[in-house]
Amino acid sequence: MSGPLLEVRHLSTHYVSARGTRVTRAVDDVSLTLGEGETLGIVGESGSGKTTLAVSLLRLLPPAGRIVSGEIRFEGDDLLRKSNAEMRRIRGKRIAMILQDPMASLNPLFTVGDQVAEPLRVHEGASRGSAWSRALDLLKAVRISAPEMRVREYPHQMSGGMRQRIVGAIAISCEPRLLIADEPTTSLDLTIQAQYLNLLRDLQRAHNLALIFITHNLGIVAKMCDQVAVMYGGRLVESGPIAQIYNAPAHPYTRALLESIPRLADSRKRLTAIDGQPPDPAALPGGCAFHPRCPKVMDRCRVEAPPESMVATSHTSRCWLS
Amino acid sequence: MAGPVLEARNLVKHFPVRRGIFARERAAVRAVDDISFAIEPGKTLGLVGESGCGKTTTAKLVLLLEQPTGGVMRFQGQDLQALDGGRLREYRRSVQAVFQDPFASLNPRMRVSSIIAEPLVTNESLPSAEVRKRVLRLLELVGLPERSADLFPHEFSGGQRQRIAIARALALSPKVVVLDEPVSALDVSIRAQILNLLRDLQAQLGLSYLFIAHDLAAVAHMSHTIAVMYLGKIVEVGDADTVAKAPKHPYTQALFSAALPSHPDERREEIVLAGEVPSPLSPPSGCHFHPRCPQAMERCAAEEPKLLPESGRDVACHLYTGVTVAWRSSPSGGGR
Repeated sequence: MSGPLLEVRHLSTHYVSARGTRVTRAVDDVSLTLGEGETLGIVGESGSGKTTLAVSLLRLLPPAGRIVSGEIRFEGDDLLRKSNAEMRRIRGKRIAMILQDPMASLNPLFTVGDQVAEPLRVHEGASRGSAWSRALDLLKAVRISAPEMRVREYPHQMSGGMRQRIVGAIAISCEPRLLIADEPTTSLDLTIQAQYLNLLRDLQRAHNLALIFITHNLGIVAKMCDQVAVMYGGRLVESGPIAQIYNAPAHPYTRALLESIPRLADSRKRLTAIDGQPPDPAALPGGCAFHPRCPKVMDRCRVEAPPESMVATSHTSRCWLS
Repeated sequence: MAGPVLEARNLVKHFPVRRGIFARERAAVRAVDDISFAIEPGKTLGLVGESGCGKTTTAKLVLLLEQPTGGVMRFQGQDLQALDGGRLREYRRSVQAVFQDPFASLNPRMRVSSIIAEPLVTNESLPSAEVRKRVLRLLELVGLPERSADLFPHEFSGGQRQRIAIARALALSPKVVVLDEPVSALDVSIRAQILNLLRDLQAQLGLSYLFIAHDLAAVAHMSHTIAVMYLGKIVEVGDADTVAKAPKHPYTQALFSAALPSHPDERREEIVLAGEVPSPLSPPSGCHFHPRCPQAMERCAAEEPKLLPESGRDVACHLYTGVTVAWRSSPSGGGR
């Protein structure tokens, strides 16, 4: 197949209140592309629209959410033109997702084996026996020790790290092309987080998976990703290859964010804090959403939102300064 | 300075596990198992470790929310066990806390002024005009506008609520503040504001902090001394820079190598530990870390290592025999 695996063009997702009077622009005119086997990190704070963007890709929005414009091209087809039945065949098979809390993703009433086997039975029509034996292989692939025993156990019998690996096994069971991970390690301890991230990377290499990491943690992006997209107030304010973003951030928000995190290598330095707080997505400031907190704000920023401009090859930024 | 403001010697806390109809004690969770530490005036002790290692129990012991099973705690040289009611109340005033979730730690039905004034009202009998004055001064100290006093907690963002929690903790001019994950519930862009505020307050008021967090970079940034805990034990303790930049204990090494890089060029060789933290109900024999340790020897399963001086800090590991320069429990200077 030629062209990128995933291409999102001018996607906007809004939440409309019950009476239709208030509209929240959760995702506003977002474009991005992702090739086979690549890793993209979508970074943002709470309310920046990163999770809405992820669920828009799978068309799993809550009833109040509407995709109002744009297209999502996956393997060449526009997902927004698919019927619900076609989407069901894509979710879990071509595009899989890992959520933050593994306990909420797993059914407490079924054994782990049943849950790992379920997508195989649904999507591939595998028989009970063959699905079960493949579930066993998948548990091995996600490095569950004693899988013959674990496969018959229930989620509550496992630790958080193991549960998240089970969710990983379910996600890769049908060999998807794209895996979306929404804050997959926030509930895990540090050494378990390192184990899990390495596991994801090994699985990615073994299956040539494309990965989208949704996170607020710039460290995870630095460790895992090739590309970064920074979201603020529903818009993509900067995106590009990871080395360029970390070495020469073009948007003041990205720069401030990178300077505000403590570093192990340079622990004495006073942190550069960003004043104010992230905006309420239901009441975004006019013009550029970052202008009330921006150290380089100009009159123009308050009235007019900057368009996306090219800073360097495949490095874009939404700022009047770039 | 005249010694540490708070000192713990051989502190132990066991939680009994009772089962059966007569609720006999069948086992004990050794949450804190013979640890010693000291917090110097105006300095920060950082406590790191994974869930279940005993950091929060240690914080509760310091706050007297739990009674220790054994060991001694001294506040300004005085044994806490020996204090009577009045002196104990004074201790409780001197040791305050800021918790992780400012949405849970502030009463939604109280105005900010009452929240901050509550410790003043219960502990001191002040005229209301004086209370109001103190509240406004505390608000200014934590960088909140005067009008915040008459608002309710829900009218504030997470970072501002954490400022309110800090103001309340400072109301009685404490000597020690226990900070249990004070920034992990906050947005990334807000964390630096709060960390800077905490450091400014320390410099301004000479506060001592017990800083508990899982973000190692934040701990290294805030602390003068770092203690690393694993299954109720301190496995390494020393000057923050020494421990963070050249860890000696294999667990500390693995922990810091698992810390996420702050820049893509920092991607480094990691020591990835196999397995998970064992249950504190039945910790492994010998060194508790040996089943996961990449450098375990036969001796580690049999014999528990003692915390001994090694290259300028204390380490509990058989890899080091501990015949080098002693690390003193009161590192001098290094003003941060």
